Amino acid sequence: MEILTRLFGRRRSSKEMAKERLRLILVHDRSGIPPELLHRMKNELITVISKHVRIDHRGININLEHSDGLTRLVADIPIVGARHGTSERPGATRGR
Amino acid sequence: MPGTVITITSGKGGVGKTTVTANLAVALALQSQHVAAIDTDIGLRNLDVVMGLEDHIIYDIVDVVRGHCHLSQALIRDKRLSGLQLLPASQTHDKSAVTPQEIAIISQELAANNDFVLIDSPAGIEMGFQNAVAGADEVVIVTTPEMSAVRSADRIIGLIEAAGKGPGRLIINRINPGMVRRGDMLNTFDVIEFLAIDLLGVIPEDEAVIVATNQGRPLAFEQSRPISRAFHNIAHRLLGEDIPFLPIFEEPAETILTRLQRFFRLRQSGPR
Repeated sequence: MEILTRLFGRRRSSKEMAKERLRLILVHDRSGIPPELLHRMKNELITVISKHVRIDHRGININLEHSDGLTRLVADIPIVGARHGTSERPGATRGR
Repeated sequence: MPGTVITITSGKGGVGKTTVTANLAVALALQSQHVAAIDTDIGLRNLDVVMGLEDHIIYDIVDVVRGHCHLSQALIRDKRLSGLQLLPASQTHDKSAVTPQEIAIISQELAANNDFVLIDSPAGIEMGFQNAVAGADEVVIVTTPEMSAVRSADRIIGLIEAAGKGPGRLIINRINPGMVRRGDMLNTFDVIEFLAIDLLGVIPEDEAVIVATNQGRPLAFEQSRPISRAFHNIAHRLLGEDIPFLPIFEEPAETILTRLQRFFRLRQSGPR
């Protein structure tokens, strides 16, 4: 369907935008997690992960999702490489 | 057997709760039902205006609660339609003037002598909402196909379930078929998918609603308008009948075929 839409060069309808935004809004509303707490958890997660590995801050995506009746915190944190000296596996890529 | 107490609520204001309450009360009374409508929006009384009964108010719900009059004295009979009564809200007090228990008792008393008691709830999720759902056997949630209204409806559905009154049934108000067709409005299926709740009815947008309020004569008094039919269909569903939804609002998910058809139709009518 997406491909057809693109093929015919039709603009994305405002309804589709509404659905996408509403989906995210309802996931947050239903979780009962205040935005401040989510923000704090994100920062703490990033701090913990970057203690051990070097991460690409621009590519970080941590968000709530809802599927199969469960709310999940899904974190996508791109790893650039192991941090010097803290890698558990000696053979892992070292920075530089 | 006592009648059914139905609370009509929404969370967000301005989605048409009062209009829906007035029209369902009329539509049910036209089916020879005895109906009492209660306005619980204390301080912002309006159901009387939409029903065209504002000139007949002597006592209101706060007077009943405070013992200034009997319940029967505060009830306004609709002279146009036998079996239809209104218990108006007070315009001078606030939501704390009555308690959920008091509304529940009044609802029960009215249910003893009526087939249906319709409670028009105020907007919001605070005291007024608690008042309105306390005595309910069933809750009807009104939303429009707008994001803000659907979001509020989702919140209120959660609160209704928490109050043990769930899951409730949904009325989608002010659907604009043209906008749905253009892809600029959520359709019935979209809203139901988000809210995961049973559908009670779909009501088309119609500017005649404003004219009807100007005249104090709810559109459910008419027969032929699509919006009037939508209200009558809901009344029949509340009576337990299996009435199909009006076909125009049953926008099925677009198939590739209909999408292609529309594409070629657009092409024929030239670039825009």
